[in-house]
Amino acid sequence: MGRLSAIPLEYAHLRSPSTESRVMFKKFQPSTDISGQTAVKSSVQRSIRAGILSNWKIDSDTFESIWPKKENITLVKCRDHISIYALHGVPLFFQHFEGPFYPTLRLLHKYPFVLPTVRVDRGAIRFLLAGAHMMCPGFTSKGGSLPPAEEALPAETPVAILAEGKEHAIAIGITKLSTEDIKKVNKGVGVEVVTHLGDDLWALQKV
Amino acid sequence: MSAEQETAAPQPKPPLQVLYCEVCTFPPEYCEFGSSLSKCKEWLKDEYPDLYDRYYSEEALQAKMGTMSMEQQTKLEQDAAKKEAKAEAKADAAKKKKLASQVLIKRIQRQKNKYVTAIHGLEAFDIDLKKAAKLFAQTFATGSSVTKNPQGQDEIVVQGDVSDEVLDMIREEKGVLKGVPEANVELIEEKKKKGS
Repeated sequence: MGRLSAIPLEYAHLRSPSTESRVMFKKFQPSTDISGQTAVKSSVQRSIRAGILSNWKIDSDTFESIWPKKENITLVKCRDHISIYALHGVPLFFQHFEGPFYPTLRLLHKYPFVLPTVRVDRGAIRFLLAGAHMMCPGFTSKGGSLPPAEEALPAETPVAILAEGKEHAIAIGITKLSTEDIKKVNKGVGVEVVTHLGDDLWALQKV
Repeated sequence: MSAEQETAAPQPKPPLQVLYCEVCTFPPEYCEFGSSLSKCKEWLKDEYPDLYDRYYSEEALQAKMGTMSMEQQTKLEQDAAKKEAKAEAKADAAKKKKLASQVLIKRIQRQKNKYVTAIHGLEAFDIDLKKAAKLFAQTFATGSSVTKNPQGQDEIVVQGDVSDEVLDMIREEKGVLKGVPEANVELIEEKKKKGS
C-alpha cells in the first residue's frame, strides 16, 4: 500500500503542467524534437472533437470546415509532451500534457473568434515577439484592453493576444490570473505566452 | 457577441483570408517588428501598393504612434535597424559558409569487391537528405539510406560503388540535387589499402 501510494507522488510533477513554464516552442527543432507521427484512433478523435467544441467559441458547422468528420487527423508527438494535431500535414492545434487545446496561430488568424481576446499595448509587442510572457501593465495601460467585468475570464483560460493598432492576433497565451485580478494586481505575469508570431511553431508550416 | 451570430447564421463561417508577407512570413502589419523591414516594405510596395499606403504612409505612421511616447518610438526604430543589420550579417555569414562547405562523396570498401558510397554534406545546400536518398535508391535500384556517421552528422549511404554516377547527378542537378557548385564536390576513397 505504501509503495503504491509512493508511485504517484514520484510522478506528481508530471501531472501538474500548470506549474511549469510553458515556453513551449522556443528552440523547437522539428528534426530532433518531433519523435513520431501516428494516426489517432477514431474514438480518441471523437473526444478531441468534443473537447474542442466545448472549449472554443465555435459552432460545429464551422469546425466541420476546419476539420471534416471524414478526415483522419494525425498526432505529431514532440518533446516535453507537446502533441501537435495535424490534418494533411498542416498543424491545426496542439496540446501540452492533457491541457487545453490551442489552435495554431495560422488557424486563429483564419478563425479569430474561437478564443476570447485580450490586447497588449504597442510597447509590449517587441518583447512578445522575443518570447516574453505578458505582464499585467501591458493589458491595463491605455493601448491594452481586457474583457469587461461581466465577461471576465478566469485564470488558466486560453486567450488570443492582439496588439494595439493591429488587426490580427500576435500570440496565443493562457491567463495566469483572472482578468479581474490582472486589473487589480497590475504586476507580474498576467498571461503566459504559448506560441507567438515568428516562433518555431510558426516556422513549422508543414509537418 | 459570437453567440448571437451563431444563432443567426448556422452556416459554417468562411475562414478569413490572411495575407502573409513573403519575406518574413508575418502578416504585413507586423513586418515592422521583423528583422527584414526594408525588404518587406519593398515586397509590399510591389505586390500590394494599397496595403503599403495603409501601413507606411505618413498618417499611418502618425496614428501608429498611439500611446507611445517619442522616445519609445525612436528606440524602437533604432532597435529595428539594429536587428535588421544583425540579421543581414547572419545571412551573409550563412551564405559564405554555404559557399565554403564541401560535399564529400566517399567510396568505402566493405568486402573485397563490395563497396558502399557515402555522400556527406548535402544538407548544407538545403537538400532534403531523405528525398535525395530516395532518389539515389530509385536511380541505382539499390539500398540507400540516411545514417549518422561516427561524428554524429547525417550522411547518405548508397549500396554499391556509385560515386562517379552520383557526381554526374550532382553536376546535372537531377531532381532534388540542386544548387551544389561542382567545385565543392570532392571524390575520395576510404583506404583499406586498395589502390584505385
